[in-house]
Amino acid sequence: MAEAEAVEAVGAARPSAWSGGPVAVPVRNRAVEGVRGYGLIVAMWVRSTMTYRTSFLLSTFGNAAITLLDFVAIWIMFSHVEALGGFTLPEIALLYGSSSASLGLADLLLGNTDRIGVRIRDGSLDTMLVRPVPVLAQVAADRFALRRVGRIGQGLAVLGWAVSELDVGWTAGRVLLLPVMVVAGAAIFGAVMVAGAAFQFVAGDAAEVQNSFTYGGNTMLQYPPTVFAKDLLRGVTFIVPLAFVNWLPALYVLGRPYPLELPGWVAFVSPLVAVLVFVPASLAWRAGLRSYRSTGS
Amino acid sequence: MAAGGFRRYATYGTATAAGVFTNTVFGFILAYTYVALWDERPGLGGYDQAEALTFVWVSQSLLAAGALIGGGFQEEMQERIRTGDIAVDLYRPADLQMWWLAADMGRAGFQLLGRGAVPLLAGALAFPLALPADPLRWLLFLVSVTLGLTVSFGLRYLLGLAAFWLMDGSGINMMAVVVQIFFSGMLLPLTVFPGGFGELVRVLPWAAMLQVPLDVLMGKHAGAGGAVRALGFQSLWALVLLGAGRLLQSAATRKVVVQGG
Repeated sequence: MAEAEAVEAVGAARPSAWSGGPVAVPVRNRAVEGVRGYGLIVAMWVRSTMTYRTSFLLSTFGNAAITLLDFVAIWIMFSHVEALGGFTLPEIALLYGSSSASLGLADLLLGNTDRIGVRIRDGSLDTMLVRPVPVLAQVAADRFALRRVGRIGQGLAVLGWAVSELDVGWTAGRVLLLPVMVVAGAAIFGAVMVAGAAFQFVAGDAAEVQNSFTYGGNTMLQYPPTVFAKDLLRGVTFIVPLAFVNWLPALYVLGRPYPLELPGWVAFVSPLVAVLVFVPASLAWRAGLRSYRSTGS
Repeated sequence: MAAGGFRRYATYGTATAAGVFTNTVFGFILAYTYVALWDERPGLGGYDQAEALTFVWVSQSLLAAGALIGGGFQEEMQERIRTGDIAVDLYRPADLQMWWLAADMGRAGFQLLGRGAVPLLAGALAFPLALPADPLRWLLFLVSVTLGLTVSFGLRYLLGLAAFWLMDGSGINMMAVVVQIFFSGMLLPLTVFPGGFGELVRVLPWAAMLQVPLDVLMGKHAGAGGAVRALGFQSLWALVLLGAGRLLQSAATRKVVVQGG
């Protein structure tokens, strides 16, 4: 336990813990410290990205094009059928756009947490432990990729198209649900990313497991729940609550029945679900960080 | 070189297991959407539902080997170009292109076994697949896969060399993955693509990487003539791309000399 506390203390070390000299270092709140450190690292990566401006523009466009070609594939499907799983193209576009925008947002802010496995392997995580910024903030900001705004833009564009095409009675609740769905969805994806990063402390370089929940989840959420088996739907509702990213709110917006026997108000609880999944995710992260033993290389 | 490439990737046990998990998850998601699509339109793209599902699961097994979703050697090559280490490679007695080809084939061979078998087995257990019993068909499939991997290498070698001019390859690699996923048939079989656009995508080099091996496996190229045409199409692209790589390589080598290494 003493050893674990020592690691934690190093991880949480603030300038004030070392000072004692004549220079007065302001004591900041840990969360504020995290956000500030995150901002500084992000700014550094953005500056470095801009060194290769052509490459940046290409990759931003490429990022938008990923989601575009995904959607072209769905559009080609609809050149052969009227409906997929009972859903029309604009209805699927609503699912597609909201999930893409949520994942894009989570990916921009927290996506690089999946690099933790590489950092554990090559020992560079040790450097982060001695810096006066919370490790999670450093890992999340590591190689911050501004090009990911491409995916967010693409997702929001498809979402906008869906809203303009859909024939639903727009009540205040339905309109309100759209931004709530995108932001809370991003938070749920973000929690999954943090949990996945924590898992890599145990499993080693397993970034792809994390990706199959986030990118794989995103692919699944682009299609209507009627397409999938009931057991899978139970899994993504009650175990890894991806159904709250967009399925349940979107089904409410579309006025369609839920796939499982759930009460109507569940469409509105996504923000609460996001908070609830962040608790175990951050506990797992702390436990993972405490269990970390350097490779020594 | 190939054996070295195989061994090198074989040391990443956890990463391989994680990759198998990912391919299986994606396989399930795609398989469900294909069931919905083929329920609505039986026989779409010339496949029945079992063949469509076979398409999903075999393509998940080939993705990592063909480096269609990223990975592979070009990132490493670009890094060596960026740091100037490539100058050392050029002095080696081995030909640069063949050297990387051997290393990439070793990597592909490992990923074909390591990341290919389990997803296909999972798919075969969960869904009715249309895998052939004829050993000759499987042999033809292996030849076709090898040619597909060569085409994939030929194209990625051009990407690797592009770093001589772009310096940073991450942008072009990202674009390449987008194009590969879409035009190889990974999202949707190329036979489902409509009209003239469909005809175009079926003769592009990406078709040689996934669509052609899968059709060879499922016997869509009828008779000996059909098989020869399919493998000939792949060989042609392999030769064109390797030749283009050679030309670009000599242009790049001159550029290195101009810069003084």
